[in-house]
Amino acid sequence: MAESNTNPILINNLQKSYGAVRAVRGVSFEVQEGEIFGLIGPDGAGKTTIIRIVVSLLAADSGEVLFKGRSVGEHIQFVRTNVGYMPQRFSLYQDLTVRENLDFFGDLFKVPLDVQRQRREELYAFSKLGPFENRRAGQLSGGMKQKLALSCMLMHEPDVILLDEPTYGVDPVSRSEFWDILKKLAERGTTILVTTAYMDEAHLCDRVGLMFDGQLLALDTPSALLKQFDKPLFLVESSRPHETYTALKNADFKGEYNLFGNGVHISAGKDFSRNKLIKLLEENRIEYKSIRPVQPGLEDLFLELQRTAAS
Amino acid sequence: MNHVLLSIMRKEFRHIRRDPQTLAIILAWPVIMLFLFGYAITMEMRQIDTAIVDLDHSPQSRAFIERVTSTDFFNVTAVDIPYNEYEKVLMERKARCILVIPQDFARKLQKNPRTKIQLIIDASDPNAANYISKYFSQIAAQYNFAHNRIDFIPFTMESRLLFNPDLKSQYFFVPGLIAVILLLISALLTSIAIVREKELGTMEQILVSPVRHYQIIIGKAIPYTVIGFIDAIIILAVGHFWFKVPIEGGLLLLLGTMIIYIFTGLSFGLLVSTITTSQRVAMMAALVSTILPTIMLSGFIFPVDSMPVIFQYVSKIIPATHFLEIIRGIMLKGVGFGELKTQIGYLALIAFVLNAISIRKFKTNLEP
Amino acid sequence: MTENNYAVTAENLTRKFGSFTAVDKVSFAVKKGEVFGFLGANGAGKTTTIRMLCGLLQPTSGQATVAGYNVYTQYEQIKMNIGYMSQRFSLYEDLTVRENIEFYAGVYGLKRKQIKQKTEELLTYLKLWDQADMLTVSLPLGWKQRMALSTALLHDPDIIFLDEPTSGVDPDSRRNFWLLIYELADKGKTVFVTTHFMDEAEYCHRLSIMRDGKIVELDEPQRLKQKYHADTMQEVFLNVVNEGGSDK
Ligand SMILES: Nc1ncnc2c1ncn2[C@@H]1O[C@H](COP(=O)(O)OP(=O)(O)OP(=O)(O)O)[C@@H](O)[C@H]1O
Ligand SMILES: [Mg+2]
Repeated sequence: MAESNTNPILINNLQKSYGAVRAVRGVSFEVQEGEIFGLIGPDGAGKTTIIRIVVSLLAADSGEVLFKGRSVGEHIQFVRTNVGYMPQRFSLYQDLTVRENLDFFGDLFKVPLDVQRQRREELYAFSKLGPFENRRAGQLSGGMKQKLALSCMLMHEPDVILLDEPTYGVDPVSRSEFWDILKKLAERGTTILVTTAYMDEAHLCDRVGLMFDGQLLALDTPSALLKQFDKPLFLVESSRPHETYTALKNADFKGEYNLFGNGVHISAGKDFSRNKLIKLLEENRIEYKSIRPVQPGLEDLFLELQRTAAS
Repeated sequence: MNHVLLSIMRKEFRHIRRDPQTLAIILAWPVIMLFLFGYAITMEMRQIDTAIVDLDHSPQSRAFIERVTSTDFFNVTAVDIPYNEYEKVLMERKARCILVIPQDFARKLQKNPRTKIQLIIDASDPNAANYISKYFSQIAAQYNFAHNRIDFIPFTMESRLLFNPDLKSQYFFVPGLIAVILLLISALLTSIAIVREKELGTMEQILVSPVRHYQIIIGKAIPYTVIGFIDAIIILAVGHFWFKVPIEGGLLLLLGTMIIYIFTGLSFGLLVSTITTSQRVAMMAALVSTILPTIMLSGFIFPVDSMPVIFQYVSKIIPATHFLEIIRGIMLKGVGFGELKTQIGYLALIAFVLNAISIRKFKTNLEP
Repeated sequence: MTENNYAVTAENLTRKFGSFTAVDKVSFAVKKGEVFGFLGANGAGKTTTIRMLCGLLQPTSGQATVAGYNVYTQYEQIKMNIGYMSQRFSLYEDLTVRENIEFYAGVYGLKRKQIKQKTEELLTYLKLWDQADMLTVSLPLGWKQRMALSTALLHDPDIIFLDEPTSGVDPDSRRNFWLLIYELADKGKTVFVTTHFMDEAEYCHRLSIMRDGKIVELDEPQRLKQKYHADTMQEVFLNVVNEGGSDK
């Protein structure tokens, strides 16, 4: 099976421990060509470890990891010349300017100069770093640094890229424009493996793997994943959501309830209904503005899975 | 005592403990240097290839040659080569020096005590040449002594030879190394310890707390003083017990002056840390500005007196110059506090000036 | 004095780096006990403003007070009254959680016995007992941030500045972090917080949105949403920030 497989990334029963800590415990998945694959999970779930193994920076304890059909462990040079990788908290040359950093990475990846120029303009459009071209990287704001790091990585266009939390500290506007770039790349056939802490970004992936504690608990398209959340979900709107939340907690409510910006999302099994919810709130004298059913998002699913994984 | 200061010190010791590799290097390095200087890069030389031309063939000349060859400084590789081959012998490195005893050596010796022996030295390595000539002067002196002459063959000797009759170079390099290493360790470690926090961003958190800058500075300086001191004691112990360098003067005085000297080094490190923003630069700056002047200009290798005048002035602002006089004085000559007041004063003055500048320059905010 | 009702005030506060104006005449006032959100695109000037308020950078011009103290002259007093969590994790990764807390307890001048007591109190409060003796470097980000918060709270400051405390933190840990922020606010502390998560923006009592060094919106989340006819703060934010992009 492995021989005939031409998917850019294939991972089969991967295991990796650091001493007594089992960081990755039997993970299997494939990333198809031209796909944006999101690896989502809480801190310490093992996402970074997987990415590092795929780009050959770490060796797997056991299991199979194929990059374009070749075993990563045996073709390190092949992997490194064909992969684009942006590590978590990647820091640039602080003493070089924005432009010098971009040029350096362009040259490093042997990108022809005219292509470099064109790409630089494209990337400035998303990063808004154009006006700061001559500023030293060390003097950029936190988010600007992150955007510069991303831009440097995107100066070349390898057909497989792995991004570890690329949008860390990036503002919402730039994030959405960055994802436009990723979409465009994917349309052109680039394969992308990405991790993120933003659940709205998870919705933009073609497929999402949800990782907890070194294991992949769910893997599918976002819409299919959401079907797993097949119980009614209500938003209890309130101007002080945390008080609602704390009240539910104090009432020892057994269902699922999570804090959101505009209120608390509540669910409690398939037969939970609006009436039951109202009764619950009134019994506990919890104030609220309104109650309405809401479509669950990946954030709801994530929080639920995390809770079940923890228990 | 000041709780804040204690906390900073405790934390700094914890950093040191968490990084055993660095600690090991810091502690092992002086010993390695010591052995390198002691054995590999010997500044004293033995078995120097020597050509001997005896044109006299008298009992006296033979006696003199006998003296030369009986030491293990010289290794006779050629004898009685003709005059026109002198240069060739030196060029081909068959010998590094040629001793020529003139035809009338014995005769003249009886008539006139001021007799000349010719010594031709390959001076392409001036340091070596210097040593060779000193060895010969020494031997000549002994020869004269033995032959009960009233007058010596004229020769000059460095004053330090007086206290190092066996010409043991460890007498110089052990104190010298202590000077170099103490300064380097204290300057390097303090500057890196502060700049590292700037680089890691941890300084930002400290700066928003009500800590005073002298607390940060002293809290960081003390742990590295302790390490520097341990290093000093290690070198001192190895130097004394292994290389048999005497400690003629008071040990307490020695340790006390070391602390002053370390303090000078720390002050220098502080200065470096206030004007640099990356560990790399701090390290380079500390290395270049301590090692080079200390080795070249302090009298560690080249005596200050024989330097061009301008460098003699420069050497005055190098802490090691004064410390070398102190430590050599105490270890080799056994001098006491009274004779060292000037040097100690200089050290304290340098430390004071450096400190004043760095406290002025130390920034309690993130301003560039 | 009216100033006493305010934890933080700024009046035409400005900061230039060379000829570039990073913060351009911002004025605002944060009430005591308020959770004040500080939003803005990357490079808008949020961190620079916070650093000026914390005495880490000097204002080029304008006035500001923190806890009633002047930022130009009374930064020593200010430092006693504020907690600060910088955007970049700024605790010691080669020390354990406990050692970090102990260190900062000492820095804030606590006595030995107090240090011990306070450390235990915080470890309990932050539910970090199991991690107490782990090296910080091995902690997941969410826990690191919690620990950073705890050290910022050691001296029980009245005003807490949090610069992007939840960036990169997973959904669950983010929520726990915000519950801590609320607890602080309920105790009457003033919390000054920046974030790029727009749902978190809605947790704030009041919000300001910065663009190119200026504050362009300052109001309650609810009213901002009404003003922009938006359902979420995300929409409001995109509107505010893009408006600037188009008219420039
Ligand atoms: N030391 C400095 N020298 C020059 N410019 C600087 C310096 N520090 C910050 N800046 C500039 O000031 C502007 C504001 O930076 P600041 O860090 O305040 O932004 P921010 O709003 O916190 O952004 P982010 O969301 O990315 O953290 C940026 O353009 C930045 O490049
Ligand atoms: Mg910032």
